[in-house]
Amino acid sequence: MPFRETESLLPSGSYYFSGNEAATEGALAAGCRYYAGYPITPSSEIMERIAVRLKELKGVFMQMEDEIASICSVIGAVWAGAKGMTATSGPGFSLMQEGIGYGAFTETPMVVVDIQRAGPCTGQATRVGSGDHQQAKWGSHGDYQVIALSPWSVQEMYDLTIDAFNLAEQYRVPVFLMGEESVGHLRERMDVRPKVTVFDRAKKKGTPPFGMVEEDGVPPMPCFGEGEKLLVTGSTHNDAGIRKTDDPLVHEKLVSRINNKVLNHREEIIQTESYYVDDATCLVVSYGFTARSALYAVNKLRGEGGRVGLLRLKTIWPFPDQVIRVLGKKAGKIYVPEMNRGQVAGEIMKYADCDVVPYFQTNGEIIDPRTIINQVRSLA
Amino acid sequence: MAVMDYVRERFMPHIWCPGCGHGTIMNNLVRAIESLGLKKSEIVMVTGIGCSSRISGYLDFHTLHTIHGRALAFATGVKLARPELTLIVPMGDGDALAIGGNHFLHAARRNIDITAIIMNNSIYGMTGGQFSPLSGYGKTATTAPYGNIYESFDIVQLAKAAGASFVGRTTTYHVTSMMEMIEEAIRHKGFSVVEILTQCPTYFGRKNKVGDAVDMLNYYKDHTVPIGSDKKKENPALIERGVFVREERAEYCEEYEKTVKRAEKGG
Ligand SMILES: Cc1ncc(C[n+]2csc(CCOP(=O)(O)OP(=O)(O)O)c2C)c(N)n1
Ligand code: SF4
Repeated sequence: MPFRETESLLPSGSYYFSGNEAATEGALAAGCRYYAGYPITPSSEIMERIAVRLKELKGVFMQMEDEIASICSVIGAVWAGAKGMTATSGPGFSLMQEGIGYGAFTETPMVVVDIQRAGPCTGQATRVGSGDHQQAKWGSHGDYQVIALSPWSVQEMYDLTIDAFNLAEQYRVPVFLMGEESVGHLRERMDVRPKVTVFDRAKKKGTPPFGMVEEDGVPPMPCFGEGEKLLVTGSTHNDAGIRKTDDPLVHEKLVSRINNKVLNHREEIIQTESYYVDDATCLVVSYGFTARSALYAVNKLRGEGGRVGLLRLKTIWPFPDQVIRVLGKKAGKIYVPEMNRGQVAGEIMKYADCDVVPYFQTNGEIIDPRTIINQVRSLA
Repeated sequence: MAVMDYVRERFMPHIWCPGCGHGTIMNNLVRAIESLGLKKSEIVMVTGIGCSSRISGYLDFHTLHTIHGRALAFATGVKLARPELTLIVPMGDGDALAIGGNHFLHAARRNIDITAIIMNNSIYGMTGGQFSPLSGYGKTATTAPYGNIYESFDIVQLAKAAGASFVGRTTTYHVTSMMEMIEEAIRHKGFSVVEILTQCPTYFGRKNKVGDAVDMLNYYKDHTVPIGSDKKKENPALIERGVFVREERAEYCEEYEKTVKRAEKGG
């Protein structure tokens, strides 16, 4: 595996960063050297910081004419050998969807940071929301997989952005960092370790860039300008990248592989964290910023003797179905507080073999721990 | 290198209809590249979607066949990540100026070293003959059954106003000048635009009853004149061809390099 330890760019130690600053530093630490974006609240601090930092690092920063151009130029740069990223919020994420589909189908590694605000539409641009999770999974047409991560702290804005780059390169897939306004603008202490583990793109001369013997394999990825001939197309293509738009077998094989290469590696990809789940009779499942309130609530209820546990999802896609199934069955009841109208609760209902009680809040504010405490108490 | 070495012969026959002008453009593009002595591995051809965009499938460079209208945005990323590569972006008139119009303007404004070749057949060929922003007032298309009421863009004026530093127009009738113009456009450092009027006998020809491919080529012969011709003064409806803009101007990647140097020195 082409994982490698490198020196951190920032001197190791503690920093008092905002989430958006931390994501920027995480990207640079992971090797991002091409960024293209278009300003949008509440993500703009990422492009502002990266504009300074990428010039210092001799990378490329582009403010493009819109989000469509941003994502397309990132894909171009990635095929020319760079590690690339863009960041945006809901309206921009909507515009990027065709490009994301192109990235998924051409197996282009790339990172998209979506700092979610209160939607739909322009909504409340400066307020928090967490309503883009189903869009992250299904936003572009056709069947494909992505990886989506959900940070709950400034530390994770840094750490999970590094993970996002590594996963993107390892699986040749678009990876989304699904931050929320509240974590993008939160300022808190975080630590930079002296070493960073990065995944260098697998290159292998003479191997087909779009096919493998294994039905769930990830082919090595050559790039423009390094001697190998390369055809890249968003039309259905065979192992060599040659268009095959009327062969049912080629289409089935390619679509299966781009799905299976992610789904069959769920165990390695998915990250979750659990608290007090062993004897819990009520399991709170939470992710992102809301998990901070959920953990506070669960601690409080435990102090009162309540048998409440917390499962925190750091990975939203591929969906952590297995752990939900197991822990749900054990607890017998799942409670899901969300800053949307049940986007993840619906997913949990697909897999959990127990009662699932969702709580929606779409008012542009974070969910208060007291709300969770009261709700969980009323369930007991 | 021989001309045929640039062509992926195994992908022939091509999809273009008999009489389609796109093949003539491919022919002259390859000859221009051969004459420049460029290596296949130095060229990245980026295209969008359309009959015209299929050209990238037939040519043996690095090829990036992307999505409708966005080829210039993809090309911008490739160029900035590897400025040593030669970027050529052939586009249809719909691809370049309807869905991709904004990217076209901004690529020109950046004066980034990319050669844009607009294969202007005044119609949407691939989707079956709908009008494009270059169809022209009064023309007929499947979506303009009673006549198109839009005026066309003037690609030359648009490119010039947006900041392209090389702008030319030619036609599929004028093959020698086409080849020379493409050659010069690729050699030019900056954003180069070559508009090539090309016939789509299948849709534009049939819908507008302008005859077959030969009639359409003759039309280009009879209705275009070199820039500054006296005939144009007598008949303003004639279309000028030739190189309209040829300027040395700061190129984007070089300017970018300069800002990196400034950043190194600490601002
Ligand atoms: C987003 C999107 N919208 C619409 C289409 C359908 N489409 C494919 S090609 C095309 C227009 C082609 O016309 P033009 O660019 O002028 O090229 P030509 O085929 O005439 O060479 C359209 C509308 C598409 N592929 N993608
Ligand atoms: S439809 Fe028109 S543009 Fe397309 S290949 Fe046929 S003649 Fe050429």
